[in-house]
This record gives sequence, C-alpha cells and structure tokens, in this order.
Amino acid sequence: MSVAVELKPGVRLRSAVGETEVVVIKTPTGAVDLKCGGHPVVPIGDEPPAGLSAEPGFDGGTLIGKRYTDGTGELELLCSKGGTASLSVGAKLLVLKDAKPLPSSD
Amino acid sequence: MHVGMLLQMAADGMGDRVALGRVSDGITMAELATRARRAGTVLAGMPGERVAMVDLNSEAVPIALFGATLAGKPFVPINYRLTDEQLRDLVRRTAPATVITGEGVAERLGRIPGIEMIDRKEFLDRTADTSVEEADPYAGDPDSVAVLLYTSGTTGAPKAAVLRNRNLTSYVISTVEFAGAGEDEAAVVSVPPYHIAGISSVLSSTYSGRRVVHLETFEPRVWADVVRAEAVTHAMVVPTMLNRILDMVAGDDRGLPSLRSLSYGGGPMPSAVIERAMALLPGVGFVNAYGLTETASTIALLGPDDHRQAHASEDPELRARLASVGRPLPTVEVVIRDVDGTVLGPGTRGEIWVRGEQVAGEYEGHGAGADDGWFNTRDEGHLDEGGFLFVHGRLDDVIVRGGENLSPGEIETALLEHPSVAAAAVVGIPDPDWGEKVVAAVVPAEGAVVDEDELRDFVRGALRSTRTPERIEIRDDLPFSETGKLLRRVLREELAERFG
Repeated sequence: MSVAVELKPGVRLRSAVGETEVVVIKTPTGAVDLKCGGHPVVPIGDEPPAGLSAEPGFDGGTLIGKRYTDGTGELELLCSKGGTASLSVGAKLLVLKDAKPLPSSD
Repeated sequence: MHVGMLLQMAADGMGDRVALGRVSDGITMAELATRARRAGTVLAGMPGERVAMVDLNSEAVPIALFGATLAGKPFVPINYRLTDEQLRDLVRRTAPATVITGEGVAERLGRIPGIEMIDRKEFLDRTADTSVEEADPYAGDPDSVAVLLYTSGTTGAPKAAVLRNRNLTSYVISTVEFAGAGEDEAAVVSVPPYHIAGISSVLSSTYSGRRVVHLETFEPRVWADVVRAEAVTHAMVVPTMLNRILDMVAGDDRGLPSLRSLSYGGGPMPSAVIERAMALLPGVGFVNAYGLTETASTIALLGPDDHRQAHASEDPELRARLASVGRPLPTVEVVIRDVDGTVLGPGTRGEIWVRGEQVAGEYEGHGAGADDGWFNTRDEGHLDEGGFLFVHGRLDDVIVRGGENLSPGEIETALLEHPSVAAAAVVGIPDPDWGEKVVAAVVPAEGAVVDEDELRDFVRGALRSTRTPERIEIRDDLPFSETGKLLRRVLREELAERFG
C-alpha cells in the first residue's frame, strides 16, 4: 500500500508503527511517498491502521530534535518525537541532516 | 512550526533538566512546559487579542511568552523604563489586550480602555494551580504572530516589528542544536524581555537545553556575582555592559572561571574594548552577533576562532575582521546594494540587504516591507573578499554636508583611534551654509585630558577635512539606552543647543 501525500511546511505527521512524529520543514512540490517503518505516515489526529510493524531495514529509529532529509535538500523534516522505526521516501531511507553547530549567540 | 512546540520538544526530550533558576530549586523543562500550557489556558480566557508585559526579567517571561503563543495571542513585551506618558501610549496601542504587570506598573498605567491587568504574582500563581486546564501544546498556526516588539525608536516614534511563529522557529531550528547544550551549561540573561535578544535567549536556551538564570536588570557587580555563584558558562551582553563588566573584572582578581562563551551585539563594539576583553578573559570564547529585531535575532556572527585568528594576524586585512560581525548564517543571504538597488562587490559600501526564513521585515499596520523576500536593514556596510560583513551604522544617521554623505561611524572610529578617547559619537546638526555640519561628543579615557583642537587635527590627518568635526564636546558620558543603543536623537538635540 502506498499513498503519496501532499506535504506543506508546518504539517505534522506520525508513524503508523511507532512513536515517531515529525514536522515538515521543507518539501518539494507534488506528492511525496513518505513512510516510517516502511508504512505510510498519517496526519496527527488520524488513527493509523492497526496491527502494523516496522518492515526489516526500516527499523533503525528516529531521534527527537534531529532533522531528516532526502539527500537532495528538497525534503526536510524535524523529528518532534523519536521512535523505533525509520523514515523513508518510498524505499529510500532519509538521512540525518548534517549541520555544523554554530556558536551560541544568544 | 510553532514557538510552543519548541518547548514541548524540550520537555519530551529533556524534561528533567533545569530550565530556569538555580540547580537546587529551579524549574525543570517539564515543569516549564506544564506551566506554559496552563498559562495558555489562562491567557486565552483573559480579555483582549494580545498579551503585553511590562516587567523586569523573571521566570514569568518565558512562561508568558510560551503561554501567549499557546493561547494564540501575540506576546508584546514593553519597556518599563519609558516615561509614564510613553508607556501609556504604547500600552494603548496594544489594546485590546491583557497586560502582565510588574511592581508599581499598574499605578503608572492607570485605567486604559481595552486594557485588563494581571500582576506577575497572580499570573504565576495561576500557572502553578493544578486545577487549571492545560492548553494543547501543538495547537497554533505557523503564520500567526508570535511576538510584537517595539523597535527602540532612537530616531523616531517606535514601530511594532511583527515576528511570526515561522520566523522565530526557523531561526531556532536552523541555528541551535536540539539538546546540544551540555548538562552543566547555564546562561545568565541580563538583556530585558522587550529586547529581541531577551526573546531569542528564551527560545535558544530552551531548545538547546541550557539552564537560564535571569537577572532582573543589569548591574555589573550583581552580574559577576551570579556568574560566579551559579557557575554560568554562557552570557550575552550589549557593548556598554561589556565595558562595565571588564572594569569590574579588572578591579578584582577573581576572573570569571566558569564562563566559556560571551556573545555581544546590539551596537558597534570598539576594537579596543574587545581586545581588552580577550586579554582579561583568556579562557572565554567571544561571539559577535549581528541582527535586528526585524530579522528575529542573529543573521551574522564572528565566532571564537574568528576572533582568535583576527587577533593573532599580522595582515591588516585579516586583523580588521575583529571589527567585523563575521559571516552570514548559512541559512541567511546577505548582499550589499547601492541606493538604486544594484548589488555591489566586495569592499564597496552600501545598504545591507538580507533574506531568509527568519527574516520578518514586517511592521504592524504596514505589512511586509520585503521585496522578493529581501529586507533592507537600513544599516550601511560592506563585505570583504572573504565574505566577512562590516557594519558602519544606520543609514538614517548619515550626515549630509553640502551634498556629501558622511558616515558617523567612520568619523567615530577615527576619534577612537586617539589614545585619550574612551568613547565617541558623531552627529549632524543643522547648518545654514552646509545643510548639516559635523559635530562630535567624546568621553576622555581614564586620567586623560582631551584637547579639542589637537583631536580635530588628529581626525583631519586620518580622514578628509570635510569629515573633521567642526566642534567637539568633551563630556563625562554619552546618552545610551539601557540596551546599549546610542541615543543619537538626544545627542543631536544637546549638541545643536550647544553648537548650533
């Protein structure tokens, strides 16, 4: 099952198989086949289908406060709750955004 | 993204960390989030469309800031140091609103139509009341207004800068690593809540997990006592504060052993002051941050390594970078344009324009002044070959003498090069022949005697004669706002009176 969804910045989504929650920071135009644990994510507030579990290879987990991208820089998500399943677009796992920490200025 | 979510994430990810106050009895991230959620309910239920605050720094500031955003109402911190008349005027402009008041403020405000007041203590008591329902920490529209800040109005009437939730959250997410602060880190916040740095410090500290100790107001001795007693590792000061801190540190031999990072901004910092700071506090990493209220805080910074490299360099061009504000943040674009909008190359002075998600560039009642996302800071500056940004001052302060545009910053820098000068300010005052003439006010260095004619010769030797002040007033101090901004309007009036 694969339901690509239109994303927009600020939209919150949750994993269907774990605790992971994300906020969309940046998104490409058009539909994105965003998954967590190999299953489509659902909008916050929607009840996910019951009985799902993370597919093998999509069970590395997510960390709160980390940003995830599709590598092209067009899609960027902020993980607002960590979980045990991994984010992907289709079968391609998202990667941690590599950000050099800045010195504190406030 | 919404400001309230930053706090909720901090509570979820590091709820046991102390967010505010002392390690022994401070408020944890989880408690702060709970109280902010209750504040959301309390403030949503109070009259008015905004939540204003006229108070000193305390734990009520973050609770009210986060609470107001959860209530879906803009937070409007207002300067309590204004005269009664100015204060009432600004409060009137926020109506209909609820105002959280500090000690003595209700009496100063009196009755104002459309304004409901709640004092700090009652507000805090209600957020500590477990029977108050908690607001949804995730509710809120990224496009809604999170904060309205009255810009200091050193040249005119205050304008309300509009900062939307998306501006502030994008600044925080792109510049601060979530939970990136060590568990032992603590910041002392002495900038007032109505300053953009007061707002950004709440957000950045929360998101990074850094404990905050609030100082009600800035006083150098108290500041140093708190840094020492609370093992403070991080602080942000405006230039006038730094000089006073250095005087104090130089006066006792205890240093500031816990301090690791000291950032400064909010006005030009004379190179002599920062060199003195680096010598007196060798263990501290200095950060020069440049930003405006309208850009949701920092847009460029000169980090600790930049400071050290510039300071150690023999190359005049690299050494000059100590007086720069460093490089733009990776998420922000900066260009220099001339008055026609043409983009200028390195080394050429012009108007500093900025673009990025955090850049609001919007004023209440005026909409976004931005042009294709670009915001004109109205600061004059240039970029060097390495992309370091130099800020020369406000374009509104430019002196027009006989058709020639003169930058006060350049003349001030020349005055400060003289060993007998500790502080200098240059303004234009009306002149029947030239339109404006250049006059200056200087504060002598400790024990030094300033000779007006000798100083004028000194400036003439460094700059052209049109840039030499026609008169220089020697005085004990310059008029600064408490956030370190030179009050040029006040100085202009005083010098026009004297030399006009």
